[in-house]
Amino acid sequence: MSRPFNIYLCGVGGQGIGLLSELLSRAADHAGLAVHGCDTHGLAQRGGMVTSHLRLGPARSPLVPDGQADLVVALERTEALRAAHDMLRHSGTLVWYDAAWQALDVRLGRHRAIIEDDVRAAASAKGAAAWRVYRDDLPDSRMQNVAIVAEILRQGLIPGLERAHVESALADLMGGAALEANLALLSR
Amino acid sequence: MKDMGRMLLGRDPFEELVIGNTAIARGMVESGVRVVTSYPGSPTPEIAEAIRSMPAAERPMYFEFSTNEKVATEVAFGAALNGRLSVVFFKSVGLNVAADSFVQLPLHDIPGGMVVILGDDPGANSSQNEQDNRHYARMSYCPLFEPAGASEAYHMFKKAAALAQELRTVVMVRLTTHVCHAKEKVSFDSWVPAPGDAGPRFDPDSTNYIPLAATVFPMKRRALERLATIEARLPALGLDTLIDHGNPDRGIIVAGLPFASVMDVLDERVPGSHSPDVLKLGSVYPLDGAAVRAFLESHAEVKIIEELDPIIEADVKALAYDSGLRCHIIGKQNVDEAMGEYTPGKARAILCATWPDLFPPADTAPPAPALPSRPPQMCPGCGHRSAFYAIKKALAPTDITVADIGCHTLGSLEPYLMGRVLLSMGHSTSTASGLSLYNDSRRVVCFLGDSTFFHAGLPGIINAVYNGHRVLLVIMQNGTTAMTGHQDHPGSGRNFSAETEKISIRAALEGLGVSNIREVDAYQQATLTAMTKAALDEPGFKVIIASHPCMLKFTREARRKPGWAARMVEIRQNGCERIHECVERFACPTFQRADDGTVTTHPDLCIGDGSCRQTCPVGAIVPEGAQGADAKAARSAP
Repeated sequence: MSRPFNIYLCGVGGQGIGLLSELLSRAADHAGLAVHGCDTHGLAQRGGMVTSHLRLGPARSPLVPDGQADLVVALERTEALRAAHDMLRHSGTLVWYDAAWQALDVRLGRHRAIIEDDVRAAASAKGAAAWRVYRDDLPDSRMQNVAIVAEILRQGLIPGLERAHVESALADLMGGAALEANLALLSR
Repeated sequence: MKDMGRMLLGRDPFEELVIGNTAIARGMVESGVRVVTSYPGSPTPEIAEAIRSMPAAERPMYFEFSTNEKVATEVAFGAALNGRLSVVFFKSVGLNVAADSFVQLPLHDIPGGMVVILGDDPGANSSQNEQDNRHYARMSYCPLFEPAGASEAYHMFKKAAALAQELRTVVMVRLTTHVCHAKEKVSFDSWVPAPGDAGPRFDPDSTNYIPLAATVFPMKRRALERLATIEARLPALGLDTLIDHGNPDRGIIVAGLPFASVMDVLDERVPGSHSPDVLKLGSVYPLDGAAVRAFLESHAEVKIIEELDPIIEADVKALAYDSGLRCHIIGKQNVDEAMGEYTPGKARAILCATWPDLFPPADTAPPAPALPSRPPQMCPGCGHRSAFYAIKKALAPTDITVADIGCHTLGSLEPYLMGRVLLSMGHSTSTASGLSLYNDSRRVVCFLGDSTFFHAGLPGIINAVYNGHRVLLVIMQNGTTAMTGHQDHPGSGRNFSAETEKISIRAALEGLGVSNIREVDAYQQATLTAMTKAALDEPGFKVIIASHPCMLKFTREARRKPGWAARMVEIRQNGCERIHECVERFACPTFQRADDGTVTTHPDLCIGDGSCRQTCPVGAIVPEGAQGADAKAARSAP
């Protein structure tokens, strides 16, 4: 690999971006890839934007440069759109979980609600592939992050990353019923 | 499942994917640190989480969250006076709180050695400024090392601890937000637990510890001479790195995380171009003068890539002047170079401006459309929201509200606009006191959280009592230090290690002579509005304690209990008159608004606390299941 594979993760505080980032970085480590990454913590967790950067391969900075994400992984529709504009590389890939947590401007009636087509159009304008994930059978909204990982594996969106690596990473991070539920979700 | 705590206490060398904060905690174990203190503040609290993950019985050090950064510094200092290697860590602005004691530390002979870990915040990701704490190093004669990533943080911490121990002094390790949280695989060394401590070693008979008048000067001389000793030791410590491409024309001097940005950007050079050499400084204060001089001598031009203030720049230019060097030193060119984090993008822009021939032109991205912004906000069920909503009803538009630091700072944002000025931790009562002077027409209300009450709120309150300021203080009590990750505080009934007797805010206020105190659950909005109206028209200093447990913490804990069932509220669509009080003014994020004005509640967000129900003028917010199946079907699908 001559340049790193850049992944930008985003969503809203409370959606489990931290766990998603930890899961993917550990899985990449199990796959033998060099990992550099960085979460945003602190204030942003209170219902604001949360982002995480993950760079696989030869990188030194843990931060993905603007407009250089090979893959954007978003857990929320408006944040998927924002990242498609700001972070997605031309001809990159966007995968998003289509939860919609309205931003303040929409709730105050100052901005129309963001729709699925907005996200598709932004990806298309960059010549990027866009994968929408949505499941109405999740027992708990906090499993949306693993549902999106299942799609990443199904579509092979991270080069070198296979299901076994993610399963090992899940086993690093949790045990018992939570592990079983998430492993089951991964193979559904 | 990997057990981080056990791993951090492993005796054998190991490799693990960790963030900088966790790597530092392992460094503490290996270095034999015995006492660690802190006050929580981003970006550093994960150091405490790593320490907490170690099984208490096997944890080789004492840890406490102290009431504030100054107290934490003093506890660590006292322990180090007795010979215990000690560490204190806190966020950037925490050093301002600690400064009165901190600046004294290098004057003293500290038998155990002490390390101060700073979490600076270039980019002001979670702070009220982006102050550059390297200034404090020069001011206090305290050496300062600066790592560029997780692995370096671990190694530099160990070197700082060893040096502090050997020279019986204090060393600062300055982390920045994205070094604290940078994740990479770190190779850790073995850990050989040290034999038990000798007894308390404090010896005021052999060394003077009272800087008073003339006795200050031998202490200051020792501190200044120690800096020279440390500078002479720097080459052997191996903190600086030279990346030599044999370029006689161009060099870069850089430190900390910007080094990683610079190295990534240099990979994007025009093919065939000659890369500038790079001198990466690990010790920012003191500089290794000989190494910097040699670098300047061997390059025609040197660009200093330095996040925030021109501190290295000033030192390097002074050194070049004193040595009569003719190297062209390129420092900051404009105000923007002194602002914000040096991300790879920012480093690229600066290097392009310095040497335009070195890089291909950047793609210009089309301007992105304006998207709805998403500022941080109070969580669903937050008691602060109820309190702000209720208090706002009691105020005249001309009344003045003063914010303080904590989750309740978010009340200053739309749509509440409660709290219109903010300085620092605990400032609110005193700033409000000043606003009340020569002011008979605009009433003054200030807010303060419970952890901040203990941290720095007390002196302002005592002053308001003592000097009789006419101010209404509302204490927003949620029982925890919520914003930084739910650390305990003196009023929460636990310290880091054990259950404690809660220190009652009411009793503390009464003890200080505050006679006008009201208490209310923050969900009792009508009561709180009435209380606020009454208190505002009373003379003197008044306090309302508006309490409700942090619902993020409460809900997380409730979910773990057997028999927990999710609940929520919903909007009775045939009763809703689209007044939009819930979504526009109470503004819990669970309320979602369709383009046709329909409001629904969000199943991912609503916790069913019901604090919103009293805000609906037509009673259309009802517990889920309280209405027919038709209306339920209309509930929002994400």
